[in-house]
Amino acid sequence: MAGIPHDHYEPKSNPEKWLHSRLPVVGLLYDTLMIPTPKNLNWMWIWGIVLTFCLALQIVTGIVLVMHYTPHVDMAFASVEHIMRNVNGGFMLRYLHANGASLFFVAVYLHIFRGLYYGSYKAPREVTWIIGILIFVLMMGTGFMGYVLPWGQMSFWGATVITGLFGAIPFIGEPIQTWLLGGPAVDNATLNRFFSLHYLLPFVIAGLVIVHIWAFHSTGNNNPTGVEVRRASKAEAEKDTLPFWPYFVMKDLFALAVVMLVFWAIVGFMPNYLGHPDNYIEANPLSTPAHIVPEWYFLPFYAILRAFTSEVWVVQIASFLTGGIVDAKFFGVVAMFGAIAVMALVPWLDTSNVRSGRYRPMFKWWFALLVVDFMALMWLGAMPAEEPYASFSLIASAYWFAYFLVILPILGVIEKPDALPATIEEDFDSHYGKSDTADAAGAATPAE
Amino acid sequence: MFKKLAIGTALALALAPVSAFAAGAESHVEDYDFSFEGPFGAYDQNQLQRGLQIYTEVCSACHGLRYVPIRTLSDESGPGIPEDQVRAYANQFPVLDEDNNRQLYVQETGEFRALVPSDNFPANTSAAAPDLSLMAKARAGFHGPYGLGINQFVKGIGGAEYIASLLAGYEEAPECAPEDFPGHYNTVFAAGGFPASCIDEEGHHMVPGSWIGMAPPLQGEDIEFADGHSNELHHEAEDVAAFLMWAAEPQMMARKQAGFVGVLFLAVLAALLYLTNKRIWAPHKGKHKK
Repeated sequence: MAGIPHDHYEPKSNPEKWLHSRLPVVGLLYDTLMIPTPKNLNWMWIWGIVLTFCLALQIVTGIVLVMHYTPHVDMAFASVEHIMRNVNGGFMLRYLHANGASLFFVAVYLHIFRGLYYGSYKAPREVTWIIGILIFVLMMGTGFMGYVLPWGQMSFWGATVITGLFGAIPFIGEPIQTWLLGGPAVDNATLNRFFSLHYLLPFVIAGLVIVHIWAFHSTGNNNPTGVEVRRASKAEAEKDTLPFWPYFVMKDLFALAVVMLVFWAIVGFMPNYLGHPDNYIEANPLSTPAHIVPEWYFLPFYAILRAFTSEVWVVQIASFLTGGIVDAKFFGVVAMFGAIAVMALVPWLDTSNVRSGRYRPMFKWWFALLVVDFMALMWLGAMPAEEPYASFSLIASAYWFAYFLVILPILGVIEKPDALPATIEEDFDSHYGKSDTADAAGAATPAE
Repeated sequence: MFKKLAIGTALALALAPVSAFAAGAESHVEDYDFSFEGPFGAYDQNQLQRGLQIYTEVCSACHGLRYVPIRTLSDESGPGIPEDQVRAYANQFPVLDEDNNRQLYVQETGEFRALVPSDNFPANTSAAAPDLSLMAKARAGFHGPYGLGINQFVKGIGGAEYIASLLAGYEEAPECAPEDFPGHYNTVFAAGGFPASCIDEEGHHMVPGSWIGMAPPLQGEDIEFADGHSNELHHEAEDVAAFLMWAAEPQMMARKQAGFVGVLFLAVLAALLYLTNKRIWAPHKGKHKK
């Protein structure tokens, strides 16, 4: 698909021409910043900027924290306390970094659910979507390994439980687990490799973010109507779009300031709200905490992991068919990774021709239920593994898979979508009235 | 509809996890009114000094404070003790657990040197008692409302309340317990031993709390405060709990100040950006809103 037609950078002065013929970097920046953006984007389109900011925040605070942190089982916990007490501003750096991870996940979940509602994953944006899911998976890995570094009780036992999941893989599980840990149990080798990867992965994420942006700059943004920008001519495209600078830069910066306000209040006034008290106790391999609870952002997937116990008939059938090779533990692991995999496949599972959920009367309700389901899973992930939570978890997990594997494919066939606006301009004007500039220019609006 | 959903999601995301920590809290944690609670709360310097006195005279016999640098006792936002007094204090502070404080061993003399302000408080595990440096952050007393923990915004996580409640929570052992059951009955401590004879047929505990290894450390009226403050048991418990909150979070005042300045700055910035954004978009939006 061709990009949206727009003005390109033309070097004017001689130095500009000199540089442009050798390295068109100014042109790249210009085209990126001035990209035509659908003018009807709503406030759910701000999370990308928040996420980019989070990545920068985490990398900057992280690099400084590394200057004072010691990745050794005997010293890690003490070095974090050294940061909190002796390093100038160290307590703010650490609280920003720890709560920054939570902000990162709040933003990514809202970003993902925005994409799911407005059909941002649909052709031609499948590659953008898949890269996004890849980033999400890397974020989870990075977040998990980062939580291990302070070497508190939850760090240690969380690492033990999660790496134990890999041990559930039939035949090769145990060697893989040993290889991941660098030994038979979570120890110094584990801490060191987690530290190394926790530093590396954010830069991989940064690279993928660039590809993510490149991909959707090639296709153009989706928008709340899901109707594509007209791109037959530049004049037509300009009726549907406004350049990213200054319109969306200012809008996003305003949104970012509001998000930061809330974030800063949490860091300043209740920085341990999202943490677990047990992580202020140094890791002790000989003492297991009463409840091992992962960080809040893993809870929905943790709930899915635990939902499939050996009493569930699907698990029993799988176990019977494979002669016991697939047991409940392995089934749970597959379900947890499967829950993310179905998200990655959603571009091909959703059969509807209409992109935006706004014009899909039945989809709306199933989607609302998915949001409720996600929050229920998050709550259930924090509950002890006993009734009635186990049954609820199973129902909620089942809905998660049903939404992607059954409901979306069927809805596309049986649902009768509402009428779509012909153009983005029509949608925009119906909200805000016809603009002065359009009148002044006397532009024809064929869609009206 | 989506907007409402989004707000709901954001709220749930922000609030959901804390319910996790509510589990298992059967004992009642008294909601003491500490001076450092809430966005504008500050440590009470006199209280911290009294708490330090209690720690020094009582707790330090068994409990270490290994992550707390002694010099921070002179912090203005902490106990605020003059530097020369801190030096004298460090010098006379006994090192009871030599195995865990090898850094103080001097090869030439073959002896352990006296502490100086740049040292941390010594570690002390001689009686197998936990270190208290982070105790006030390693326990949570508050999870409300509805397990969301939002009340932490005005109350803190409740670690100090937990400590104070525990210290004042010793009672006569209930009759259901055998005479020789090991430990001391405490109505607040939940993680200790519990006699089977105090569990009913349905598996419920008949009495709150459990049996803790630590003998009642404070009796009330056992410490004389220089400032003449009341030394009733609950006052002593509160004072030492406040001191331990400071020990766990010595930078709390600086943090809240940074929080306040940041929030103020961001509020102004957001307002300016809002106006800028409105102004930029105005020509492209019609006058009549639907």
